[in-house]
Parts: sequence; structure tokens; C-alpha cells
Amino acid sequence: MKDLSTHEHGRTLWRSLEELADSDEFHDLLVREFPSTAPQFLDPTTRRQFLRVMAASLALAGVTGCAYQPAEEIVPYVTQPPRITPGKPLHFATAVPLDGFGVGVLVESHEGRPSRIEGNPAHPASLGAADSFSQAAVLDLYDRDRSQVVLHRGRVSTWNDFHAFLTNEMTRLKATKGDGLRILTGTVTSPTVAALMRELQAAYPAARWHAHDPVGRRNTRLGAIQAFGREVEAISHLENADVIVSLDADFLAWGPARLRDARRFADRREPNDQRGMNRLYVAEPAPTITGAMADHRLAVRASEVASIARMLAQSLQGNEIAAETPHGSWVASLASDLKSHRGKSLVLVGESQPAEVHALAHAINALLDSSGKTVTYHDAVCASPINDESSLATLTSDIAAGKVSLLLMLGVNPGYDAPIDLDFKRSLKLMDSGGHTSIHLGPYADETAQLCAWHLPQAHFLESWNDIRAFDGSATIQQPLIKPLYEGQTTAQVIASLLGRLNESSLNLVRKYWQGVMKSGFDAAWRAAVHDGVVAGSNAKRVDVKPKALAELLEADQKHPEASALEICFRPDSTIWDGQFANSGWLQELPKPITKLTWDNALRISPADASRWQLRNEQVVELTFKASTLRTSVWIDPGHASGSMTLSLGYGRTQAGRVGSGQGFNAYALRTSTTLWHGDGVEIKPTQSHHPLATTQHFHNMAGRDLVRATTFEEFRANPQFADHHENPEHGGLSLYPGHPYDGHKWGMSINLNRCIGCNACVTACQTENNIPVVGKDEVAAGRAMHWIRVDRYYEGDDPNSPDAIYHQPVPCMHCENAPCELVCPVNATVHDSEGLNVMVYNRCVGTRYCGNNCPYKVRRFNYFGYTENQPDNLKLLHNPEVTVRTRGVMEKCTYCVQRIVEHRINVEKEDRPIRDGEFMTACQAACPTRAIVFGDLNDKTSAVSKAKQDPRDYGLLEELNTRPRTTYLAKLTNPKAEE
Amino acid sequence: MPQIFHPSFNTLSRLSVFGAAIGVVGLLILGYLFMRSSYQTKVNVSIDQPIAFSHAHHSGELGIDCRFCHTTVETSAFANVPPTYTCMTCHSQIWKDSPALVQVRQSLAHNQPIRWRRVHDLPDFVYFDHSIHVKKGVGCATCHGRIDEMPLTYKAEPLTMEWCLDCHRHPEEKLRPPTEAFNMNYHLASSEQNAVGKKIVEQNHVPSAYFLTNCSVCHR
Repeated sequence: MKDLSTHEHGRTLWRSLEELADSDEFHDLLVREFPSTAPQFLDPTTRRQFLRVMAASLALAGVTGCAYQPAEEIVPYVTQPPRITPGKPLHFATAVPLDGFGVGVLVESHEGRPSRIEGNPAHPASLGAADSFSQAAVLDLYDRDRSQVVLHRGRVSTWNDFHAFLTNEMTRLKATKGDGLRILTGTVTSPTVAALMRELQAAYPAARWHAHDPVGRRNTRLGAIQAFGREVEAISHLENADVIVSLDADFLAWGPARLRDARRFADRREPNDQRGMNRLYVAEPAPTITGAMADHRLAVRASEVASIARMLAQSLQGNEIAAETPHGSWVASLASDLKSHRGKSLVLVGESQPAEVHALAHAINALLDSSGKTVTYHDAVCASPINDESSLATLTSDIAAGKVSLLLMLGVNPGYDAPIDLDFKRSLKLMDSGGHTSIHLGPYADETAQLCAWHLPQAHFLESWNDIRAFDGSATIQQPLIKPLYEGQTTAQVIASLLGRLNESSLNLVRKYWQGVMKSGFDAAWRAAVHDGVVAGSNAKRVDVKPKALAELLEADQKHPEASALEICFRPDSTIWDGQFANSGWLQELPKPITKLTWDNALRISPADASRWQLRNEQVVELTFKASTLRTSVWIDPGHASGSMTLSLGYGRTQAGRVGSGQGFNAYALRTSTTLWHGDGVEIKPTQSHHPLATTQHFHNMAGRDLVRATTFEEFRANPQFADHHENPEHGGLSLYPGHPYDGHKWGMSINLNRCIGCNACVTACQTENNIPVVGKDEVAAGRAMHWIRVDRYYEGDDPNSPDAIYHQPVPCMHCENAPCELVCPVNATVHDSEGLNVMVYNRCVGTRYCGNNCPYKVRRFNYFGYTENQPDNLKLLHNPEVTVRTRGVMEKCTYCVQRIVEHRINVEKEDRPIRDGEFMTACQAACPTRAIVFGDLNDKTSAVSKAKQDPRDYGLLEELNTRPRTTYLAKLTNPKAEE
Repeated sequence: MPQIFHPSFNTLSRLSVFGAAIGVVGLLILGYLFMRSSYQTKVNVSIDQPIAFSHAHHSGELGIDCRFCHTTVETSAFANVPPTYTCMTCHSQIWKDSPALVQVRQSLAHNQPIRWRRVHDLPDFVYFDHSIHVKKGVGCATCHGRIDEMPLTYKAEPLTMEWCLDCHRHPEEKLRPPTEAFNMNYHLASSEQNAVGKKIVEQNHVPSAYFLTNCSVCHR
């Protein structure tokens, strides 16, 4: 096995620890192509059972094949709304919120039914891209587990009853100027909500606004205050940065500007760019997608990041770093690189690092002359308070002291995600037993709602009017695309009802605010803002600020972590974030970028630590941390810092809904208010139990062939043809079958591995565009995940504790010229079309699965069950009407979004003109934040895809098999610092 | 020992052997005929509608253009059935008290759509686009027959895949000048059709049969 994975170019690539260790399990996996299904054939009893099931399903398949087509109706409008053409979708601009900040999107609507979300090119935070969270928002809209009615002590009530209660309470509170009234929100940037809160605080001066956000931006904001003495928003300009340093900053996946930063970062990864390739240094505990892009990655405990920042600061001030200091040489080399790139470098710090580190980074950036070049400072964007007075801790102690008589929690779930030492559940019970009232507004009747006197359903942003700001302050007016499906109201509406404005429409509230801002010419400005998805000129003003001197900051902070104590890190989950997306099947089933786990979180530990405690994957351990314990499954994570382990937030929910409840392990059970992101002193106790995890890592194993081709920028300049391995010189491109003329279009795709950050946006895009079903944890574990595009992840290097590199490789159908699948189909259900697509004809497919077996890329997916047949009606609303919803027993795979090709071909033919390059995109291409995917006509020699294929880095996956793939890759380049 | 089988059993056994073979073939033929019968394809079978709407009257006698009601036929894949509002543009003036139109008036009054029963129903995995067919010179009547002569609407053609492919293989045999697409009375002698059709194929950039028989043209 080892000889297979070490190929002639001297690099060692491996996908999992079993593979690297060349273990028996791995051999076993390799031999069985579909590992999880194979045992059924070997065990005699299950084999018999299998045959019985097959016989039954054959009989059933025969019957279902002859299904009589039901009579259909045509139900036209009574009065057709203007601008609607039945059969033609419309697109509306809005913004998707996450942690209080918005990312601009365009939502596709079919006859008033929102079905799909794409990025808004005119929005500064999107630039046309959309991440998985944004795209999956449309699934949340149709979630039937969403809260539907007002609940009073668990019983169905009405908004009228609630308003009657509220009016009484507010009259009582008026007498005390609002003393005892507390509002708890997440991070708020909404101008309308902020204005209403100001109004409320004016009317009830003794009322108090608390903010709680399990992820949020607290450290980032406090860090800016520490450095500048006032709150400012730092905006990175990665396009100007030659050297980027990330101190535990997962800036490609985390933060309100993540999509924009990813684009700007990737733009500077092009070897042909005149500005040269940028260089990324990352110091972080658990590997993230940002760490995977690093040219120099340092796996360190999260608590050590602060000392690295300090070391860096000292070194930049000219102090020598003592040779024996841990990580000293890494920092010294980094410091010299930074010094030689003054004004062209940027140090970024993640939200998970304390405010002091942020302040240090601001000072370092000032020292390196970055201000105004790679980073600019702007007025604060958040409206929610940040001082200690408004924290959750103050609220809990005030509740305990009986100072709170009416508590409103708007869009937050502290009953689940508050730090465990605050015991917020107890606070809520105290409210109740003390005769006080707590009110919860939320999208789900969640853990918090269960403990509140009133629960109010929150309207989804796709069904109500709201507004929100982006990272730079640009406001978006969020317009609804559908009437509220349930009885939800918005945060603004509830705050307005506190002010006595009951049942005022969400449109009215937002409009009124903007009327005050836009003043003259309101109508035109409003229309333009709603249409464009951005309010012109609403971005935050640039301010000229200088941070405190580095020396001053260095003096103030001298904490040293205990090096021996075991550390636990808490991080937002890559797919379900802080738990708010727990009920989204799309996000649950999305493989997490590095671990490739689905439906679960797990304790990520380094291989070294695993052998120290003799832990295996999926083994359950008991963690004890500051008086709390939690049992969780273990996942060994190559590249994780030793002495540290990471558990992602968001799992272990009890009231998430049918999809999310009971999945994974609740990290909040260990998280305290002093150790929000990491803390020392966790104890680990292995147990004998075992919790299976569903990973997409092992099946479709490609046995160490030359799949990802990578080299350094320097070597590439010396040998641009490095990726061309001259496969198959003896029978280059020969085929027994006649070729195709391709006299019209000839579609092709190129995936730039240098730009791909492995963020999964393409996977979700494909899922929403192509009606791909969610199959559940057991089916994923059985190797039956349905994603048409997957992102493979490879490690390079010999040391599992610090892999030399982590690569991502998106793999859709290759649309091979000599497609192996086409030759084996007995019913001609998969065939070549005249534009080069390898098409799948569902209505011909009888489900032999020969094509799947014969596909070397393992990109074909089989409907083992009728995943879509018993879907609830509201989920059917989500389907893209342009794509067939597949039934049980048929094979499916990437179609190059043939529905988009056909749509555009018809459109241009009606206009009597040819298709222009870039005029339409495949779903994955449109979503990609870094523009790593290019699709177009290969017959058009000027098209972007033709040019990409002429790049010397172009290569095909498994080209040696003479499949002649039509999707090819541009090899990956890294840009490490030249050795001195 | 007496013979068990009477000599006539020889004939019987032959009969049953050949009869079974003929029976199987016969069943297949019957099945085929059944699939092609109008019982199955619903060709020439008019379907009861909530309102007895007559194309023969509106289109044939009154000469209302197809696009007056089916407004999206040139722009969208779906040729819409008109909203109630369209009916009432005329019927608020004429026949405004007719008992036959009670449902139309109620639809508008109560904002309840009229539920028409689908006559031309393609399987869900077929994606047909009206706009491009009209643009390339497929007349309404080519697929829908003389709808201007139908008191109640029925399918004039079977809409089977074979029938679709007939034209996709030989578009020149069916195409007419796009300007005549909505003309119900358009007629061309079959001797001239091929020559005219070939010219239209050329002028309208109708793709080759090689392209038009791609699975992906209609299926996705």
C-alpha cells in the first residue's frame, strides 16, 4: 500500500490516519470498494435477508415503474400579478443574517415561491458569492418544525392575548420608568431595531439592553476599544497584502466579511498576477480551512497564540527572540518576512482570541505601516451594547437579586447556549418562581422557549421586512418573498409593541426608519435600495485612528498559560455554526471541511494525544472541565496542536426540531464565561463505549494516485509543466468508439485548486439547485450520501501531527470523453450528448448501478430509497421546478447544470445571438466565493475555461485511465518563504 | 393396458404449444395496440372542464388570437392559461349574466382561481418549452391540431416520445414560417413542405437532428 501512496514525485499524500499507518482496516477498506455495504454479502443470514429484500423491491419496482400518471390541474391566477410570467423565475435582493451581520443575496422565486439563494454581486460582503449558511436559509423557511403560534406556558395562544398582557405590563413599568424591564438580543446591526431600542430607552430610561451572542464579535470589538480607545471596525484589504498573518483567525470561514476576504485572498494566489502571490502564515490549534491554505502553518495551543503575538511584537520592535523559546524560529522567520513587506502585510486575529491579542495586532499593523493600505478603520457597525453592564452575567445576577420583572429575549437561545457557569436555565426558572415574566421570540420553540412564560414565533427574513448591515456598515433592506407561512413577527415588531405600537407591519417599521434617513426623494431611494440590495452611501465612514503604542500594550499584559495543562477549545461548528442551523438537514449532512464528519461533532485531538491516552476514533471519552462533565466521541485530527483539543459548538440540542435534536455532543455544557473559546485544565477519561460517527472520508477511496498535484511557486517558475505527467503516452486518447464532432458548443469545466479553499459552498449550491435529497446519518455512514459534488481532502507529509499541507479537491462528474459509465449501461440510460455532456436519463435507468461501479471517480449517486417520495408538502415547495425530482432506484450525478445550459441556449436563440462567455454559470460556480470553478464553451477559444485549460498547470484527474475527463484541475501552488 | 391419451390429444397438444406462442405474441401486440389506443393516449378524447369553454367559438368564430389569452407562449416555457381577469375583460360587458359563466364571475368575486383540468400533460421528466418552438416555426396547430374547431378541447396528437422525435429528426417536414405560427388555417401542399421546411430550418438556425435528439434537449 505504501508504495502506492508514495508516487514518483516524492510526495506522500494520505487521506486518513489508517491510510498513513497502512493498517489492516485500511487494506480492508481498499479491497471493498463500497466498504459499508459489502458485509451484507458476506454474512450468510444477512445475505439471505438481502435477497429477500431485493426480491420484494424488484416486485415493487416493477409495479412503481408502471405508475399511472395522475390527472393534473392548471390553476391560473385570478388576477395575474404584474411582472410575473408563469414559468419564468424572478430574483429579489435581500441579505442573509449571521451573527447579526448581513451577506447580500439574490433569491430566486418561482410564482411567489422562494426556492434558491445566490450571492448578490452588488453587495460588498457577497461580491456574487454565497456560502452554505446563506444558501441553506431557504430550507429553514420551509422547515415545518419552525415555531408556528404564540405559546403561553406551553399552550397555544394568540398575539392578541400577548398584546393584552404586554399592555398591562408596560403600564405598570411606565410608573417605574421601566425599572425591571430587560431586553436580551444577539448582535444587532439593524438600523430599524437600533432606532426602536433608542426610542424604548428614551421612554423607559431605567430599562436595560443586554446582549448575548454565543459566537458574536465581543473580543474583536473590545480589542478595538483597547487599542484605539473607541470602538472602530477594522476592514481588511487583502488584495494589497503580500504577507498575511492569521493568529487563530479563520478569516476565510468566520466573520462578516468572510466571502469578500476569501475572494480578495484568492485573487492574490494567482501565479501570473503582477503583484505576485501572497504568503499566508497561520498559527492555530485545530486545522481550519484557513489553516489549510497556509504556506506556513503552526499548530499551537490556543492559549499560546497570545504569547506568539507578543513575541512577534517584540521581535518587530527589534528585540532578539531567545533561541530556545518555543516557536521562536517560526516567529523570527515571520517577523523578518513582515519587516521586508512593510505596508504590504496584515496581521489578523480571530474572535476566539482575547481582546488583548486583538489590540496587539492593531498596534503591530500600525507599526508595519499597514493602516490605510491593507487595513482601514471605520465607524462601529454594531448597535448592540458591549459594556459589562449589558452582559449576560450582569443579567443573571440581576435576576437572582430579583431586579428583573419583565425579560424579553429576542432571537436568542440562552437556555441552550449561555455559558454553563451562569446557569441561565436556573435564572429563567427563578423568573418564573419569583412571579416575573420571561418572553422569548425565536424561530423555534427551543430550549429557552420551554422555560419562558411566553414564546412568540419569529418571522423568517424571507417572509418579513427587516434591515441589516454588512461588515462595512452597508445596509440592506431585507424584503420578503412570500407571505408569512406561520404567525411570525419580527424583532422590530415586538419592540414596537413594547412602545404601544401593536401589530404594526414590519414594512411600516422599516419604511418609517428609512423615511427619516433618506428624507427627500425617499420613494426613488427606497425603490433603488430594495431593488439593489444595498442602501447607497450607507457604509460606515472611514476614521483616522492611531492605536496605543506597542510598548504600552505589551506592558499591560503579562499572563502566561500553564504549559502542562490540557486545553480545550470551543469553536463554532463549520456547518451548523452555534446551533442555530441544527435543524437544517442540508447543513447537518454537509461534510465538515477538515474532518469530513456529518451529523455529529466530535472531540478533535492530535494523533500524539490520541496515542498518549490510547484513544481510537469514535471512542467515547468523559471530559471534566471546571466542575462540568460531558461524554463525547473522539476524532483524531492530523495537524491538531498537541496538548489541546477542540469541540465544536451547536450540537447536543434537545429542542432543535425533528432533524437537529439529539445529534452530537453539547459543548456548551463545558463552556464557561471565562473560557468562552479555550481554557486550561480539562481532564480526559477514556471509556469503553463507542459512538459511531458518519464520515465521508473513507469510501470512494482513490488509493494514493497522483490526484492533487502541487508544488511551490518557486519550483513552478522553474518548471511550469510540473503538473503534466504525460500519462498514457502509448495510447494517448485512443478509443474504440468513434469520436463526436462537437460542431456547436463543447462544454467544459476547470477547477483551480490554488483558489479552492474547501468551504463547501459549491456542495450546498448543487444541493439546492438540483433537488438533491438529504439521506440521514445512517445512510451517509453506509456510503450513500447523495451530493453530486464532493470536496476531497488530502494531507501531505510523513508526520500526522504536523502534515506539510492540507489540500482540498472538489470532485463533480468529470464528463469524460471516453466515459466508462456509458459503456456498461445495459439500457443506454447514460449517454453522451452532442455538446459533450455525459447525460443521465432518469426515465431509462433501471438501477443496475453498473455505471457507478465502473466510474473511477465515484461521482455517481444511487437512490437506494425514495428519499423524496414522502416529503412533507412544504418541503416540496423548495424544489427547483427545472430539475426532475428523482424517484427510488435511479442513478444520478452532476449534469453540469444542464437546465441552466438549456435555459440560456433557448434565451439566446430567441434573441438570435450566440451565448456569451460567462453569461451563465453552473450552480457551484455561481456560489464559489473564490471563483475557483470556471465553466464554459471549449470551442470558444477566448472563453475563460479555454484559457484555463491552456494553463501549464492544467491536469486531469486519473488521466492515465484514458477517460479524457472534461473537468480538469489547475494544480495547486504554495508560496513558502525562501530558506535563508 | 389401454392408452391413456386419445389420439386427438396429439392435435390438442400441438394446438396448445403453438397456441401459447401465438398467445404470448398476441398479448404483446394487444398491449402495444392498447398503449397506442386513444383510451391510453387520450387522443380525441375531450375532458370535462369546470366551464364549458369553446375554442371553436372564441378562436374559430370570433377570431381571437391565441396570444390574447395565452400571453406567455412566446416568452416562457409554459403557455399560460389566462387568469380570470382576462376572461372578465370581455365578459364583464358581454354575456355578463349568462348562467354558463357563473363560475367565472364567482372566481373573480371570491378571488378563487378556476381549476382547469389538464389536457396536454407531459411526464414530469420532460421539459417542453413553448417559446422556442413558436420562435423556430412550429405552429400551434402542429401539435394542438385544429383547436379552432374544437368545441371542447382534446388532444389531437399522442404526445408520445416517438411522436416528438418524428419532428426532432425531420424538422423540415413540419416547420412553417414563424409568422404563420398562430395561423390556424395555414396550409401547405405536402409536395412543397420539404422545400419550404428546409429553407426555414436554414433561416431560423434550427439545430441539426443530431443535436435535437440529444436526451438533454428535453430531459434533465
